[in-house]
Amino acid sequence: MNILRKSTVSAIALTMALTVGAGIADAKDKVKVAFIGPLTGGVSAIGVGGRNSAELAVQLRNADPDAKYEYELVAMDSECKPNVGVQVATKVAADRSIVGLVGHYCSAVAMGAVDIYHKFNLPMSVWGAVLPDVTYGNDYKEIHRVNGTMINQNDVAAKFMAEQGYKTWVIIHDTTDYGKGHNKYFSEYLAQNGGEVLADFGVPADQQDFTAELTKAKQLNPDVIYFGGLVPLGVRVRSQMEKLGITAQFQGVSGIKSDAFIEGVGTELSEGVVSFLEGAPVDKLPGGQYFTEKYKAAGFAENEEAYGPFAFAAMSLILDGIEEVGPNRKKLTKYLGDIQDHDSIVGKISFDDHGQNTVAAITKYVVQDGKWVVWEDSEYATGARKLAGK
Amino acid sequence: MDVGLLGQFVVNGMMLGMMYALVAVGFTLFFGVLDVIKFSHGDVLMVGTFAGFSTYLGMTAIGIDNAFIQLIGVLVISLGSMAILGAVIARYLVLPLKSAPPLNTLLVTLMLGTVLREAIRLFYPDGSNPKHFPALLPTDSWSLGSFTLRSDSVILLIGGLLVIVGVNMLINRTRLGLAIRAVAQDEETAKCMGINFKMIVLLTFALGSAVAAFAGVMNGLYYNEINFGMGLLLGVIGFSAAIVGGLGNIYGAILGGFLFAGLQTLGAVALPFASAYKDVFAFAVVIAIIAWRPTGLIAEKTSERV
Repeated sequence: MNILRKSTVSAIALTMALTVGAGIADAKDKVKVAFIGPLTGGVSAIGVGGRNSAELAVQLRNADPDAKYEYELVAMDSECKPNVGVQVATKVAADRSIVGLVGHYCSAVAMGAVDIYHKFNLPMSVWGAVLPDVTYGNDYKEIHRVNGTMINQNDVAAKFMAEQGYKTWVIIHDTTDYGKGHNKYFSEYLAQNGGEVLADFGVPADQQDFTAELTKAKQLNPDVIYFGGLVPLGVRVRSQMEKLGITAQFQGVSGIKSDAFIEGVGTELSEGVVSFLEGAPVDKLPGGQYFTEKYKAAGFAENEEAYGPFAFAAMSLILDGIEEVGPNRKKLTKYLGDIQDHDSIVGKISFDDHGQNTVAAITKYVVQDGKWVVWEDSEYATGARKLAGK
Repeated sequence: MDVGLLGQFVVNGMMLGMMYALVAVGFTLFFGVLDVIKFSHGDVLMVGTFAGFSTYLGMTAIGIDNAFIQLIGVLVISLGSMAILGAVIARYLVLPLKSAPPLNTLLVTLMLGTVLREAIRLFYPDGSNPKHFPALLPTDSWSLGSFTLRSDSVILLIGGLLVIVGVNMLINRTRLGLAIRAVAQDEETAKCMGINFKMIVLLTFALGSAVAAFAGVMNGLYYNEINFGMGLLLGVIGFSAAIVGGLGNIYGAILGGFLFAGLQTLGAVALPFASAYKDVFAFAVVIAIIAWRPTGLIAEKTSERV
C-alpha cells in the first residue's frame, strides 16, 4: 500500500517535472531590437510618440501566438544632439544581441550615425528623419527609410503655396543639415513654380532672439515667411513675428507638425499656420484605424505624434524580417534590401536601391482652432477661412 | 534704410540690452562683494521664470484671471523665491568655499547651473518642450510706417530701467548699499566697523538673483515663450557684458549689456555675411575690447593692478 502510494506520488512529481520542463523548452528565444529617438529635449514629444509606437509594434508581436521569438525593445535617447546620438548609436550597434534598429527623427543625428550602423552591419530603418542624404548620401546596404524625404515635401509645399497665389518669400532656417536641406530644396522648387525668395537667414538652432532677422524681413515685406527647422525655434519665430507686427503667412515644414508647436505659440497665433508631412494622416492610412485603436488600447500617456505610424511600420517590418530569416544581422539586411510591396499600416513599402521607401504621398496641414487639420478637410480649403494676406 | 526701420532696430536692441544689463548687474554684484564668479546665474534666471510661469498657472487654476493681479503675483513669487534661492546658494555653496581658490567656486556654480537646468527639464511637467508664457501686459501697438511699437515692450523697458535705477540707488544711497560697498572694498575693515559680513553677502546674492528673476519674467513677457535652456546663453552673454563693462562696476555692467546687444543687432543687420554669424561677430568684438582694456571699459575704482 505504502509502496503504491509512494510510486503514485513520484509519478505525479515526475509528470509535473516533465510538464514544467516541456514548458521551458517551449519558451521562445529572446531577441532584442532597438529604438533611437529624441526622448528628452525640445522635440521629445515626437520622439516619445515614436518610441511608444515602436513599443506597440513589439507588444503586439509578443502577444501573437504565432511569433517565433519573444522580442525585447531597447529604447535609447539621442536628445536630438549629434554627439549624444553617435554615442547611443555606437552602444546599440556594438551590442551584438540587438538584431535590428528603428532609429532617428533628427536628420543631423542620423547623418552622424549611419556610418556606425554600416561599420557594425546593423540593419536599421529610419522612422522620421527627412534629409535625403541619410539614405542617398552613402551606399550603405544597412540603411533604410520608411518615411519620405524633404525633397518630396518641399516639391509639394512650393507648388501648393504658389497655387495659393503667394509670390514672395523670406526664408528663416536653422544651420543644421536639416534646416539647410529644407532651404535648398524649397528654394529650388519655388524657383520652378515662379516664386521669389527675397532673403534667407540661417540661424543657430539655439537662438532666442529673432527680432533683428524679422525686422529685416519686415522691411522686405514678403507674402510668406518660410521656416525650416524644428519646434522650439519655430515657436520663437512665430511668436516674435507678432511682436513686430508682421502679418505675412507663416509656412512651416514637417519639423513643426507637432502639438507642442501649437501649445508653444498658443491657439491664437498658431491659427492658419501651414505645414507639410510625408504620408497620409493616421486616420487615412490603410492601417490607420487599426493602429489608432491598438495605440489607445495600450494606454500610453502621450500621443503618437506625426511620425508614430512610421515608427510602428518600421518596427513591424524589422520584426517581420526577423520572423522570416531569424535573428541574424546580415540576413536581416539582405531581407530588407529585397522588400517590395510589403504591406504595412502606412501603405505598401518598397525600397529602392538606396533603401529609400518610394512612397511619396505628402499631406498638407493647416492649424484650425488649435488643431492640425488636413488641408482638404479644413475651412481654409472651402474658403470659409482665409490664409494671411488672402 | 528708412527712419522707421532704424527705430525698430534700436528698440529691439534696447530690449535685448536691458535684459543683458540686468543679468550683468548680478554678476557684477557677486564679484563686487566676494570676488567670485557665479556661473549658475543664468539658470537661476530660468528657474525664476518657471516659478513665475507656475504661479500664473496656479492663479488661473484658482480662478484669478485679472492680468494685473496675475502679473503682481508672478513677480512677487518669482523674485521672492529666487532671492531665497540666491541666498541659499551663497550660504551653502559660495561662502564655504570662500578661502578656496576662486576656480572652485566657479566650477561648483557651473555644476549647479547644470543641475538646475536638468532638474527643470526632467521634473517640470513636460519640461523639455517650450512653454507659452502668457501676455500679461496690454498688447496695443502703434505703427508708423515700418516701425511698430507695442505697449508691452515700452512697459518692459521702463520696468527694466526702474529696476536698474532702483538697484543703483540701493547701492549708492542706503545704509545697506553702504555696507555692501564697504564689504566690496575691504572685508576685514568692514567687519571691524561692525558690519555683519555674512548677512551682507547673503543679501547681495538675494538682490542679484531677484534682479535675474525679473530679467527672466521680462524675457518671458517679451518673447511669450520660455524653455529650460533659456538661461544658458543669457548667462554667458551677461557674464561677458559684465567683464567688458568692468567686473565689479554696476555702470560697467549696464554699458556692457547694451554694448553687446548693439553688437548683436549690428551683426545681424549691417554686416554683409549671414546672420548666423552675429554671435561670432559680437563675441569677437568683445574679445578685442577685453584685449584692449583688460579691466573693462569702466574699471572698478580700486582694481588691483600689478
